[in-house]
This record gives sequence, C-alpha cells and structure tokens, in this order.
Amino acid sequence: MIVRYHWFVMPLLGLVGLLPTHGAEPALPELAVIRQVGAKGAGNVAAAQAALKLQQADPKHLLDVLAAIDGANPLAQNWLRSAAEAMAQRQLQATGKLPIESLEKFLTDTKNSPRGRRLAYELIARVDGGAEQRLIPGFLNDPSVELRRDAVALALADAEKLLKADPAAAKTKYQLAYESARDQDQVKVASDKFKELGEKVNLPAHYGYLMKWQLIAPFDNIDDKGWDVAYPPEMELDFAKKYEGKNQTVQWGPYETKDDLGIVDLNAVLDKYKGAIAYATTDFISDKDQTVDLRLTSMTAFKVWVNGKLLLKSRAYHSATGKDIDQFVCRVELEKGKNVILLKICQNEQTEAWAQDWTFSARICDEVGTPIFSQDRTLEKTAAR
Amino acid sequence: MKSLISAALSLCVATTATAADWPQFRGPDQQSIANDSQPPLKFGKEENVAWKAPLPGRGVSSPIVVGGRAIVTATSWPKQDRLYVLAFDEKSGKELWRREFWATGRWFTHPTGANAAPSPASDGKRIFAFFSSNDLACLDLDGNLLWYRGLSYDYPSAANDIGMSSSPVVIDGAVIVQLENMGDSFAAGLNDETGEDLWRIDRKAFSCWTSPTLFRANNRNLVLLQSTDRLSAHDPQNGKKIWEYEAECAGIPSSTSADGKIYLPSKGLTKLDVNASANAPVVAWEVTQLGPGNATPIVQGDKVYTVARAGVLSCAAIDSGEVLWKQRMPGTFWATPVIAGKHLFAANQDGQVHVVALGDKPELVSTNDLGEGILGSPAVAGNALYLRSDAHLWKIAAP
Repeated sequence: MIVRYHWFVMPLLGLVGLLPTHGAEPALPELAVIRQVGAKGAGNVAAAQAALKLQQADPKHLLDVLAAIDGANPLAQNWLRSAAEAMAQRQLQATGKLPIESLEKFLTDTKNSPRGRRLAYELIARVDGGAEQRLIPGFLNDPSVELRRDAVALALADAEKLLKADPAAAKTKYQLAYESARDQDQVKVASDKFKELGEKVNLPAHYGYLMKWQLIAPFDNIDDKGWDVAYPPEMELDFAKKYEGKNQTVQWGPYETKDDLGIVDLNAVLDKYKGAIAYATTDFISDKDQTVDLRLTSMTAFKVWVNGKLLLKSRAYHSATGKDIDQFVCRVELEKGKNVILLKICQNEQTEAWAQDWTFSARICDEVGTPIFSQDRTLEKTAAR
Repeated sequence: MKSLISAALSLCVATTATAADWPQFRGPDQQSIANDSQPPLKFGKEENVAWKAPLPGRGVSSPIVVGGRAIVTATSWPKQDRLYVLAFDEKSGKELWRREFWATGRWFTHPTGANAAPSPASDGKRIFAFFSSNDLACLDLDGNLLWYRGLSYDYPSAANDIGMSSSPVVIDGAVIVQLENMGDSFAAGLNDETGEDLWRIDRKAFSCWTSPTLFRANNRNLVLLQSTDRLSAHDPQNGKKIWEYEAECAGIPSSTSADGKIYLPSKGLTKLDVNASANAPVVAWEVTQLGPGNATPIVQGDKVYTVARAGVLSCAAIDSGEVLWKQRMPGTFWATPVIAGKHLFAANQDGQVHVVALGDKPELVSTNDLGEGILGSPAVAGNALYLRSDAHLWKIAAP
C-alpha cells in the first residue's frame, strides 16, 4: 500500500519531482518544457520562454495545451492554464472566435482530465452565452467536481422553481441534486430541502464517514512531547490488553458516532484531557485492490497510518475554523480484504476557549468524493443515501 | 553582479515603481501615505465613483496601482481554491486581463478572511501575486506568467487553516515572504527574475499574520520580520540576521518605520531607535494605550496614528509617545487606513469609509457607505482612492 501522488503527502515520502507524466505525449515541444517545471522554482525560466512561444502558436493548438494538463504536476497545470488563457485571449482579440466545436468535443470526453475539461468549458462560455443551459445539465455525475457543482446548482435552482407548483417534481429534483452533490454546502442545501419534503437522508453514508472506532486514551502529551513517542498502539493492536497511560491504566473500548459528519468528539467520549493523546482504529474491508481517498478532519495534531504505514500527519493545533470537512486528503492503495486504519489524535494544553476542541472525522471515498464502503458496513435504507 | 547593482540602486529607491503608483500593501515604502493626493472627501455608491468593476471572487487583499493598471487578487469557489489575478485600466476600469490558477496549497480560511488575503506587490515591471495557499505567481504587466512558486507544494505543512495573510515586499531584487505558522514556519527571499530561493530561514512555529517590512537606516535596506516573540532585522539579499529585539509582539499588525525609527506593535506601541554604532534597537518609549488592533501604525510628520479594532483612532507625538487625541470611528476595523494629504481614510468591515481630518484636533469629516464589506487596505494613486470590497473594485475620484 503506497500513497500515490497527492500533493500533501508527497514530501512525506520523498516523491517530489517524481510525478508521473502519463498524459498524452505533448504535441508541441514547448508543452514538454512547461511540464518540466518542478518544486522550488525549477524550470520556471524555460517555462516562461515556452509560454511566450505558445502564445504565437496556431490556435488549433489550444486543445493540445488543454490535453497537456492531464498528468502534469500542479505547478505545470497552472502554467498550462495560464498559457491557454493567453492563447485564447490573443485569438479572441484577433478574431472574436474560439474553436468551439473542438473545445466542446474535448469537454464531453471524460477521458480528458477534469481540469482540462473545466477550462475548455470556461473558454466556451466566454463566447457562447447559451453554454451553461446547453451543456451544464449533462454534468450531474461528472468526474470533474467543478462541472458537477455547476450542474447541481442548476438542479437546485430548478427544484426551487418547482417547489410551490409541483412539490413532487421538486422532490425528485432535490433528490437528484442531493445524490449528485459532493460539496458540503450543496449537500446541506439539498438534504435540508429533501428532509423538509418528508424524506430521510443518511448523511454519513452520503459522505462515506467511518463511524465505528476502537478508542484508547489518554497517553502523555505534555509540552507536545508525545508527538514523537511511539506508544503501544503504534506497536500492536490488542484490544484485550491494558497499558500504562497518562497517570492511569488505559484500555481500548468501542465507540460508534451518530454524528451526521462522522465527528468523534473525544472530549465528550473520553474526557477533557489536556496534554494528551488518543488513538483510534478501525478496519476497512475492501472488496478489491483499489486506490481511494482517505479524508480526515482534525482540529489538532495527528498522524494516520494505514496497514502500519504512516501516510499523513500534521502538527498544527487549533489552527482551523472547524467549519470545513476534508481538511487533509491522501490517496491510499487499499488491499483486497482487511485494511487497518490507525489515528493518533493529539491535544495540547492551550487554555483559550477556542482551543479546547479535540475532535476528528475520517471518510473513505473516490477522488470526486463519492463514498466507498467497507464490506462489513450495513446501510440504513433511505430514499436518498 | 546583479546583487551589487541592485544594492547600489536600492540605496535610492527600493522599487522602480513611479511616484504615481501604489505598488504594494501600504503603498510606496510601506508608509500608508500619499502626501500629495487629494481624493474626494465625500463619496458613496454613486457619488464620486469614477468606476466600479465586478470581481469574480472574494478577497481581503489590497489593490495595487502600477503602470496605469489597478491590480487586484481574488479567490472563488466554495473551497476558495480558484485564484485570480486581475488587471484593470486605471482610467476606464476596463478589465485588461485576468489570469486564473488552481491553488497548490491549503485554501482553508476563516469565513471573514479569504485565500486572497495577502496583497500583491510590484517592482514596477512585474506583479508578485501571493495567496493564503502560499501560491506565488509572478506576471508581467501584460499578464504573462514569468514564474510560479507553490510554497506549500515545496513545504507542505506551511499552512494555517484559519488563513495566512502576510503580504510580500520587494527589496533589492528579492521578493520576501513570511510564512509563520505551526508547521513549516519560515521566511524566504526569492529571486525576482526567476522565483528561485535566494535564502530561506526558519521562524518560530507559531501562527502569525504580520508582513515583512522595509527598514531603511544607516544607508542600507533591511527587512523587518515580526514574530509574536521578537522583531528581527535581516539583509534582504541573503537573509542574514543583523539584529533582534525580543519582546511579546502583536501577531496581526505589522511594524512601520520612518526616519530610521521603528514603531512596533508591542506592549501597546513601542518606538525603537536603532543605534547606528551598536546596530541594535533601543527602546525610546512604550505606550500601552497606543496598541493597534489589526491595522499597522502610520507615521506622518511628527505624529503616529494607530487604530484599535473597535475603531478608536489615536494620535501621538513620535518624540515622546504622548497621546495627543483620540477619535472614535464606528465599526470594526481590519484594514490599515491610508493618509492622503491631510486626511485619513479608514474602511471598516461593513464597508463604511470614515474620513478624518488630521491636525491638532481631529474632525470626522464624513462616513461614506459603499454597502459592501471592506477588509483590505485602500490604495491611493493620483487623486484617486482604490477600494476593494467583497464584490467590487472601486475607483473613487472626482469627475
């Protein structure tokens, strides 16, 4: 099991600069130059020269620039985006036109990268005022979260219009929007409306939150010194054993959260420990070898292991608002069968009222945010998941 | 060679921006002052609005004015991960170009903030657009991308999910950024032509939102870096620490300097005199009641001005720290005010811009409601005031 190429964990594994470039072979030499930009400013000077040359290229190459986004690293993607915009701007100033037909063909081919496709749509929309109504409704289940978001927004707007005249049709539309929505704000709007219309939703299932955990605490973290200490849960997972914790004997115990966003409030479940560490573990039974997103939210420092490998960590305490989900994301290759997820959730000793939260939530989903379930999970049947 | 030339030039001027420009957060030399400007004292949603341009996203960054262009950054989408750099014609307000990027770092911020929180900076030829996600794009004045750094791509734990807001400053060919947070906490000087590191130094791993500040004294340019436990002065070319002053300092308002003195938000407000021979700061005075809230102090002539978060504008004599007067300005203030001519313009978070006539006694001349929240410091160029509200960029100027 390895982390692939998510930006946040790359340096953790020393993978910077070794990103795969599995997209199509660039059609222009300038594109290859731009795709070589790397960390710490590497390749910028050559990329700037290449980008200027690209601006003078035949407009038909706009599609090649979009295609080159596929597989490029995030820095190169921005270079390519900027080059495409400059090319389009030049073309628009010269002719007032863009190659709409080929852009649309690129857009509708979901084999192209989500970002490249989104940019294609935005270029189309610059010259085609009817693009939104014509194209966006078809993206409700699109792999591009940005295109999908626009489609959900349209569906929500349509449902709102139907609400008074035809509540049943509105409900169907809200259900459609809810099932397609992946952004937190849209999920909330759609699910609230759907519930108002008398239907049940299962938000934890919609997101794929992990609800059942084994917890053990507290271990010592005075002065943040527990961060580097490998307490017994990092060495073994034996739920029957007792260990010496912070001023007390500790033992694993089961806990199932009922929170809609899968939040485990350690202050409420355990105690309001300060200068302490809790461990949480759960098994995920995968039906196949697969690469998934593990998305974590934590107000405090943490480490995450999957099958014994450290994949994600942050040493920040109370440096978040607590409003957002999916603070930390990494790609994980799950093995068919049982996979063990272990979290180390640290609490410091800050005394301010805003520095008391000690919570976490974790979910497993695909890159779009669609949930992936452990095979031993039973799901409540609802009209919408 | 480049460093020798730029160092020689910098003894006269830190950037090549013209006198009519407002090239960075707090303007030329980071003084927040346009002595020769006279923007309208009364304006509103319709009154004395030369133009008003819609913005594609939110932001609490300040606009800058350079080379006939008003430049502003913005961010959009629910995650604030779409970054914009926009250029408007200074005269007409026409959008000249926009460039968009995908954030390569963490985009989370407090709801009152935005990913577009740091203000862009310019050396008169290039624009350095920085974001809370630690993306730093360098473009020429026509929008051509010259280099791009993802500082959180390089240092992934350099982040603060409440938001980062430190604005870059350009000194002697170095684009200086300060990323103080609980992860990879550092300051760095980047080559303004290539974006490559000139230097990088570790800073205290603690949240801090102050901006690096130009300090010109004893015939050299230094950059001041203010952490919550110290103020240090560094050579902008190599980051070498020249001196350090240890004290509990504010984490949001930055220091300002004038005539070789430093006004540090610490113990209220502390005036530091940098002794030329010892090359180390000496406390001239400390005045608790001058403590600024979020806004950086402003020094004009023989007076220093501070604004408390709840809107009390204080004026004190710079030689003694004696508080001369106080003026209540309604509202909550995040933006550092500007002084144009003899008037101070202070925007509160509800979008009301108070104009205070400065002198032996203050006078609240007007309160001008633009109807949209303003958290970014205004820019001043010519006789115009540029304000960035939640959804628009405004040019306030008499017809």
